[in-house]
Amino acid sequence: MATTEVERRRGQLASLSIAAVVIIVGVPLWWRTTETYRAWLPVSQINELANLQLQLSADVEVVFARGTVTPEQQKKVPLTKTQDEEHTVDEDTALRYRYETKYRTANIMEEDALKQPSAADADLSLHTLSESPCGSLVVYVIPESSSLLPEDVDVYIGQRRTALLRNGAQMKVGRTIEQLLAHLEPRIRQVLKVMSFSHTDITAALSGRVRLSPGNKESIADSMRAFKSSPGYEITFSLLNPDPKSHRLHWDIEGAVQTYIQPLLTKLAPVANFSIDSQTLYYAMLGVNPRFDSSRNAYTLNSDSLAHVINPVEARLGSNAASSNPVLNFLLYAPDAQHSPLYIQDRQKQKVPSNAFHSPRWGGIMVYNVNSFYGPEAVFPVDINIDMAKVMGVFLAQLRLLLGVQSSTAPPGFLVAPCSSTGLADWELDRLMWSRSVENVATAATTITSLAQLLDQIGNIVINDNIAEQVSSAVTSLQLAVAELEAGNLGFALQYSKEAILASERAFFDPSLLHLLYFPDDQKFAIYIPLFLPMCVPILLSLLKIISDARQRRKERQAKKE
Amino acid sequence: MAAHGCSYSALLLIICSVSVFIVADSQDTSLSGGHHAAAVEDNPQAATEAAGKTSEQPAVEERSWEATEVEEATLHEAAADKQDTPAPETEAPSPVPQPKDDFQEELVIRPLHSGDIYASFQFRTLWETDFMSGNKVSHYRLFPKSLGQVISKFSVRELHISFTQGYWRTMQWGQPFQPAPPGAELWVWFQDSVTDVDGTWKELTNVLSGIFCASLNFIDSTNTVQPSASFKPLGIGNVTDHRFLRYATLPREIVCTENLTPWKKLLPCGSKAGLTVLLKSEKLFHSSFHSQAVHIRPVCQDWQCKTTSWELRQTLNVVFDLHTSGQGKREWSLFKMFSRTLTEACPLASSSKIYIDITDDPQGELFELSPATPLLSQAMVLGDRRTFSVYDLTQPVTFGTVRSLNPLIRWKSSEGDMLRPLLHAERYVAGYGLQTGEIHTLMYNNHPYRSFPVLLLDTVPWYLRLYIHTLTVTSKGKDNTPSYIHYQPSKDRLRPHLLEMLVQLPPNSVTEVTVQFERALLKWTEYTPDPNHGFYVGSSVISSLVPSIVAMDTNITMDRPLFSSFFPCKEESSFFVRVYTEPLLVNLPTPDFSMPYNVICLTCTVVAVGYGSLYNLLTRSFQIDEPSPGLAKRLANIIRRMRGVPPL
Repeated sequence: MATTEVERRRGQLASLSIAAVVIIVGVPLWWRTTETYRAWLPVSQINELANLQLQLSADVEVVFARGTVTPEQQKKVPLTKTQDEEHTVDEDTALRYRYETKYRTANIMEEDALKQPSAADADLSLHTLSESPCGSLVVYVIPESSSLLPEDVDVYIGQRRTALLRNGAQMKVGRTIEQLLAHLEPRIRQVLKVMSFSHTDITAALSGRVRLSPGNKESIADSMRAFKSSPGYEITFSLLNPDPKSHRLHWDIEGAVQTYIQPLLTKLAPVANFSIDSQTLYYAMLGVNPRFDSSRNAYTLNSDSLAHVINPVEARLGSNAASSNPVLNFLLYAPDAQHSPLYIQDRQKQKVPSNAFHSPRWGGIMVYNVNSFYGPEAVFPVDINIDMAKVMGVFLAQLRLLLGVQSSTAPPGFLVAPCSSTGLADWELDRLMWSRSVENVATAATTITSLAQLLDQIGNIVINDNIAEQVSSAVTSLQLAVAELEAGNLGFALQYSKEAILASERAFFDPSLLHLLYFPDDQKFAIYIPLFLPMCVPILLSLLKIISDARQRRKERQAKKE
Repeated sequence: MAAHGCSYSALLLIICSVSVFIVADSQDTSLSGGHHAAAVEDNPQAATEAAGKTSEQPAVEERSWEATEVEEATLHEAAADKQDTPAPETEAPSPVPQPKDDFQEELVIRPLHSGDIYASFQFRTLWETDFMSGNKVSHYRLFPKSLGQVISKFSVRELHISFTQGYWRTMQWGQPFQPAPPGAELWVWFQDSVTDVDGTWKELTNVLSGIFCASLNFIDSTNTVQPSASFKPLGIGNVTDHRFLRYATLPREIVCTENLTPWKKLLPCGSKAGLTVLLKSEKLFHSSFHSQAVHIRPVCQDWQCKTTSWELRQTLNVVFDLHTSGQGKREWSLFKMFSRTLTEACPLASSSKIYIDITDDPQGELFELSPATPLLSQAMVLGDRRTFSVYDLTQPVTFGTVRSLNPLIRWKSSEGDMLRPLLHAERYVAGYGLQTGEIHTLMYNNHPYRSFPVLLLDTVPWYLRLYIHTLTVTSKGKDNTPSYIHYQPSKDRLRPHLLEMLVQLPPNSVTEVTVQFERALLKWTEYTPDPNHGFYVGSSVISSLVPSIVAMDTNITMDRPLFSSFFPCKEESSFFVRVYTEPLLVNLPTPDFSMPYNVICLTCTVVAVGYGSLYNLLTRSFQIDEPSPGLAKRLANIIRRMRGVPPL
């Protein structure tokens, strides 16, 4: 009896130790050897970024010209003043605008500059005096009697980063400085709305991240017209000649690009890289047959049918083989001899004066009628030189729209200086840079957070070191960009935000994240079962037996006690 | 039972792999699509977001086309600003600029002796420009933009790409105008300014695969070679450092409509006018042989070669088998071949011609060509003097009163024999079993009295391990020592074997090159989806300067003065020929692909059995059992019980 008892205990001990070995050695070993490599990701920092708190700071300098403040007031003028404006866009996006206003009186040279005969001249000489950095503004308050501005104009917005503000008539000398400032403040705010970031622009830039409340269709369409922010754009001009038998078209695209497009793009260089191509496509037809309008003795294209126009053309435009940046297409369509002249009608059945239209985030088409270049007895083919000034005027306007350079409507009493030769004022560039920085930051943050979420959800994805590196660099650049926005360094903020977006996209689209070897857990276990089942069943059974034995013995012992 | 288990495991494997694909697929789409929504698939917010997006879509659609309002101010301002700059467009009646590019199209039709028809299209775009100088070329007229961008981005000096369906039968059809191997072939010379040639090549193949809708992206280091002698630049430029050359073939590539459409798109007239209207895929691919190619190279603009221009040559060669489809009648017309007739030339082409080879029938007794054309042209083609009837499409006279051109050839007799091609080659695999084999390459020199050297280029994938010591070259039963051998051994999974030899072919002989190989075992992910189909080995390339056929007729001196006929004709005494052999199809040892699961099951079972008995031994408690009584004793006991006697 004793020997059987010893034998039993030995068996129990053996099964217990085997179970222990399996649990302590086997399971961790299996776990380690089947683990996928997952590099460390800065998850906490990413989670911080998911909750985007952006602060945009703009420096505003308000300069009082002689005659706007009395010497007593001048002493009391506060040096700086900071105003904050907070907006909560949605639960994890909040915006704060900070305007840091500095007050000072004009120095002698500025006084001289303000004595120039016209506002444009004053603007130019003020600009040469001091160049204000990207993102900042200078508002000159000039006395009411100043002859710089026409009678009905209160505010002049220059081509650079300066504005001239006429002091109101009721602000006669004698009021206190507080009253003066209180009077000026809403008007300065108005100037800022035009020349610097406005809330609508910034929320439009966040549209990739925040679902806008279904506002009016106009604003949605406006916000969707411009291309998404990208580190580069390819601009392609295509001359469509559907009828090379009758028309031999010549366009000096090289010269026209140099004269009209290049200055604008040079100015926009901090925002993105641009490359320009042009091509001529023959036998490229529009997708719709224009209708003959006998009242005008011309063919017309309705605005409803415009959506179908480009589809057959698009197949021939060709994508850019050399880069993956978005392409802006500008098509110049010279209708064939049988369908000339061709006019585009708007919804009111009126002829569109420019005879051109554009499609959001795609490009523009201009119809260029050439039938007036030759008489009815002309011998085909006719050589036709295209007037590039006319064409480029249209394309330039479309390019501005598609790049998101919005000419916001100035409030009454404002006079906006006409564009310079570059086609873009400094403050317009600033506005674009503000919204592009915010858009880049928002997009990069969304990309990184969704990548982190994806990697978190699918545990099988291998995270290589290079991806972790890209993610970390994206996060660092993002943090820097946010910090620079806060500090008001617009140029750096845009630079960092571009780096962030590049790094985040590279991480997100890395091919190693899409590797072949993902096995769902159930299939993995189907393969393990032939090993696991025969191993675990005896162990489990003997463990059960040990437990039941122990319970029985306890019962027996209790019965003995009783 | 075994079969059952096998099929079960195969099923499981299939399910497994299918679901892997599905997973990969869905990941792919979700990543490339709305990639920000992808991460929050389970999140209800994403769904509402998507729904919101769709609901706002119509609003956008409505506004998506808007008339451009040009602020007149901007326009005038811009124009006014430009007054001082030299703006040629302001002078309205300026002279028409001379275009720097030129386009030509041409179709050659040659009736073959086998009764087939060979049609060869050539489209040539010449552009006087320099892609390589500092300023970027970006304004295209006739030259396609996509290829121009490729040239300038990847610093390509020369690019030759061909897609071929079917094999050119040299013995029946003679030499083609543009030889091409079955499948896809790509060879590129890069500028010597390129530092990372392999990286550029990889990118280039990917871009070209997008442009031509072909699987050129499967070109990697395992099928790319740098031939040292066989592929010399065809354009100007004396860089022959083969570090800048890459050559690859994909013998398995299937060519079809999706490759033809992008090829046609590169032509200035598209498929709308000129000879291109004939290129209808339903007819082109209903043929014995189809080959389309793009060749880009720099060429001289003039005799002194002061300026260079870029030449883009698009060629398309088809062989129609009209004999079998024509119900025994031997006649063909443009309409029969292409189901189209010609009505006009491409208006952009400076020359547009159809050549019909009538060399074999100068007297018009073999076949009859209608409508007759007064234009005849003679040309030296592949060492032979050929006569062609020419239709010039730029002349309205060509189209006659019906305004359409449909040349027709009707055979009168099926006689005539073809001169055997001077050089041709064939290749096959010999041997049995799945371990070793032997590649035989036969090269025929059919010239009656002259020997000539040929360059043989062989590219063999790494999984056929060549035993280079078994390389033998024999002609007429004797060893023929190659005067030049360039051999680059393969590296597993990295690069293929490259074998280049310069062999002298004796006159009227067959030269046989044999080399033995061993078949390698691949890893299970390296097999193609249909591994039992076999693995292709690309064609061998034989390049040679072949003595001219014209120079061969030394005995026909009747029509020439005696003083001119003593030395053999030196004029164009040899011509360049490139011959491609058949691609090889080699079977590799192919495992049963349910094997991994079977192996897992088997090992697990073995482990389980071993472990189970060990476990049993260790944990069982052993007790001494009463030995059971013997059989005799038990029987005795039963009898005793029946008798009522107590048991033993």
